[in-house]
Parts: sequence; structure tokens; C-alpha cells
Amino acid sequence: MDLYYIQGILMLAGINLMSVLGLSLLTGFTGMFSFGHAGFMAIGGYTSAMMTVNYGWPFIPALLMGALTAALMSALIGKLTLNLKGDYFCIATLGFGEAIRLVLDNVQYFGGARGWPGIPNYTNFTNVLIINIIAIIILANIIRSRQGRNMIAVREEELASQIVGINVFKYKLISLMISAAYAGIAGGLMAHYMTFLQPKMFSLVKSTELTIIVIFGGLGSISGSVLGALVLTSLPEILRSFSNWRLVIYGLSVIVIMISRPEGLMGGYELTPSSMKKLFTRMRSKKGNLPKSMEGGDTL
Amino acid sequence: MLKVEDLNVFYGGIHALKGVSLDINKGEIVTIIGSNGAGKSTLLNAISGFLKYKQGIITYKDEKLPINPNKVVKMGISQVPEGRLVFANLTVEDNIMLGAFLRNDKNKIKEDLEKVYELFPRLKEREKQIAGTLSGGEQQMLAMGRGLMSDPEIMLLDEPSLGLAPLLVQTVFDIIVNISKMDKTILLVEQNAYKALAIADRAYVLEQGKIKMEGSAKEIADNPSIREAYLGVKI
Repeated sequence: MDLYYIQGILMLAGINLMSVLGLSLLTGFTGMFSFGHAGFMAIGGYTSAMMTVNYGWPFIPALLMGALTAALMSALIGKLTLNLKGDYFCIATLGFGEAIRLVLDNVQYFGGARGWPGIPNYTNFTNVLIINIIAIIILANIIRSRQGRNMIAVREEELASQIVGINVFKYKLISLMISAAYAGIAGGLMAHYMTFLQPKMFSLVKSTELTIIVIFGGLGSISGSVLGALVLTSLPEILRSFSNWRLVIYGLSVIVIMISRPEGLMGGYELTPSSMKKLFTRMRSKKGNLPKSMEGGDTL
Repeated sequence: MLKVEDLNVFYGGIHALKGVSLDINKGEIVTIIGSNGAGKSTLLNAISGFLKYKQGIITYKDEKLPINPNKVVKMGISQVPEGRLVFANLTVEDNIMLGAFLRNDKNKIKEDLEKVYELFPRLKEREKQIAGTLSGGEQQMLAMGRGLMSDPEIMLLDEPSLGLAPLLVQTVFDIIVNISKMDKTILLVEQNAYKALAIADRAYVLEQGKIKMEGSAKEIADNPSIREAYLGVKI
């Protein structure tokens, strides 16, 4: 295993992470499930590729354009579907994701189902890393802001949020738009990493994979999403030596972890320097107390 | 101050409120009593802006109330929902502070927070506790405290005594009287007609979506048919 290979996997994980971060805001912090985020990735990917290939834009503005288009599209979809409750919203997003894919399959301007080769290779390890770090910082700040707290309130108790005066629809829409923008950037990164786009890359399977990562990492935890994206993207690669059986083992390990930790890897907790410090002191004090509590055992 | 005129609400094909009219004056405690399914909660939800209604008009200080909960709260009407609905994973303090969501006057919010703690010393004791671990009565107090924090002029209380131990029921009603003394107008929806009538100024009896009777609380409490149907007195 050479460095180039590992870098490649980490970049894939980073691209996935970008879209997972957005989905984490929507699912983990606002409480809405989406099975159409691959659709937003596709919009971001195709838009940014169009900008760089056809209009000669530099990479970063093209990415932002992709994010903007995805966010605007999500605003349109959100206006129509966000009043749907729970499962119905989920199904609407599923339909949306598939619709985007089928539309792209038939738009010859983008190469249709044959795909679109010849996109410049702009994505590299450094810019994926930097973009992800910026994305995490922005997301953490959103969640700690007033807006973020409102989203969490909506997740916890929608009716009560309305009663205290939170405009539930507005915050759901904001959350959806931000998450779509994140997915759009992820799509742009992917387009300029693969140098090739095909609607098939953004199928329902991709959306499902993203949602699985969010749940696997733990709803309502950014560090969980990071961990989930790293683990679940690299797992199929680590298991490559099992050849045909690797996807079976991948599926099994997801099932096993979800059974043993239904709340996800992080389960709503964050991995920050201060929380790690707390954990270590607790572990140390536990060790220190162990003999004492064992001595005291018979007095119980 | 709050006026409901000829309100009709439908749930699909079901006619839940059939031309309900009522009005509430400043400083009053008005109670709506009625059995299960009479439409009491529907009425409150329509006032709060949760329900679309086809016919009728709800006005507050001569202004039509929007069908949009967050706007209604802004106008000074806050609801304490049935079944409490506290944010179970947040602390007591955070829950209360969420009630002040629409306000920006920091000093006044602080003052009101103190008032709420004065009214509910129990909540002060449990300030940092997670709301989901409170008892039913404490959660009810929390929901009421949260409702007060938006500094409403009218509070709509939906079944505050629901599922509480008898001893706590009395406490909750005492608190309602205290809230009313804080210059708040109260619309109380209750199944416990006996207690509700004991503290209310005026009462409406709602039966199958219609106002069957209205009058001062004492009149209603003394009415023989009401005594038999709602207060369990054999005549």
C-alpha cells in the first residue's frame, strides 16, 4: 500500500464527508431524513463541471456556483415538500433524487447516460482537506448559533417549538438549503477528482450510503459524522483482500455496529479537546477508585 | 380582548367546532369545560394558529389573528399545550429560556426568569436537571413557566391537570390563580370541571362542538344539569 493509494481513499472519504456534514445538519440536528442528497451532489457536480469546462472558471468559484445552484434547487423543493411530515418528506426527497438522475440521463448537453469525460483534475488532497476543515468549522458554528439551537429545538419537539414562537418551516428550509450546498460542493469535488461524471454515480445507493454514514456515526454529532465517513469509506478498501465477499462483510459490520450501538458510534456526543480531557480524567479516577469500591463491596 | 366569532373547524369530513363564539376580557380567568371530544383542544389550537378554519373569525384587540403559531405568540398569546411537550433532552433552565425565544430585552427576560422561579421554586431547585427526568407535575410547571417567558397577555392552558396526582392538581390550580394575579388573562381548558369552576370568573360549556351554556362560573357550577353531567352530583 503506497501513500498515493491511501491518499486516494482519504480523498474519497473527504468528499463523502463533505456531503455527510450537510446531511448531518439536516438529519442529525433538524431531524429530517433525506434519501435524495445524491441529487444535490449531482446538481453541484454538473454545475461546477460546466463552469470549469465550458466557461473556464477557476476551481473554487465553480465549486461555490455548484453549491449555490444546489441550495437554490433545494429551496424550490423545500417550499413544496417541507410541510410534509416525517416519512412523507423522506419519500419526496427519494423521488427528487431519482428525478434528478433521470433528467441528467437524458440531457445530451452533459453527455446523457454515456457520461461526461474530460473534466479537469483540480481536486487534490490539500484542497479536500482544507475545504473539509472549513466546512466543519462553519457547521460547528452554525450549530452553536441561535439558528442552530432553533434547528435542534425543531428536532426535539416540533409542536413545542412552534408554541414558543420558532418558525419551524423557515428553520427546516435553512437547514435543507445549507445541507444541499454542502452536498453541492461534495459533488463538485467529486467531479474534479474523477474527471468524469455519469448520472449513475448519483443513484439512490449513493443517497442511502450518505444517510447510513450519518446514522452510523451518530445522529447529532459532527465528530461522529467525520468518524463515520472515514470508517465506512475506507472499510470496503481495507476489506479488498476478501475479494467477492467484501461487500457482504461491509454490510455485516454495519449491522453488527448498529445492533451493539444503536445510537451510532458517537451517539450524539462530540469529540472535542475538552470532552476528551473529561473522559480521561474520568477514566483515571475510575481506575483510582476501583480497589476502594471493591473493598467496600461487602458492606453493601 | 380575545374574541371568537362563529368558528367552524373541520377535520376532513368531521365537523369539530360548529359555530363557536366566545369572548374573553382582560384579567379574567375563563374556563371551557366539556367531555372528551367536545372540541376543547381544537378551539385552543385554532386560536393558537395551528389549525386552518373555514369559517369564523378570531380577533385579538380588534385585530384578526393570523393562522401561524409563531406570529400568534408574537402578538402576546401563549399556549401551554396538552401533555406538556417540554424539550425532554434540554435542562430545565434551557426549556424556560426557550420560552423567551421571540424577545430581545435581556434585562426584562432576566426579571421574568426570576419571577418564574419565584412562582415555581421547585424549578429553581432543578435548574440544571434534564427536563425529561422531571415528574409529571414538575413538567407541567415547566411548561407553564416556559409559556410565561414569552411575556404573554393571554395564556391558553390546555388540560394542565391531566395525569397529575390529586395533591399536585390542587397546586397547579393554585399556581393558575397566582399567574392570573400577575396581570395575565387566562383561558383554561379542563376536564376537571369542579376545580376549574372554583377558580374561574366565567365559564363556557362545550358539548359536541357547540357552546351549550355560558355564564359566570358560579352560575354554571350551580346549574343542576351541569352538576349532574360534569360534577358528578346526583340530583
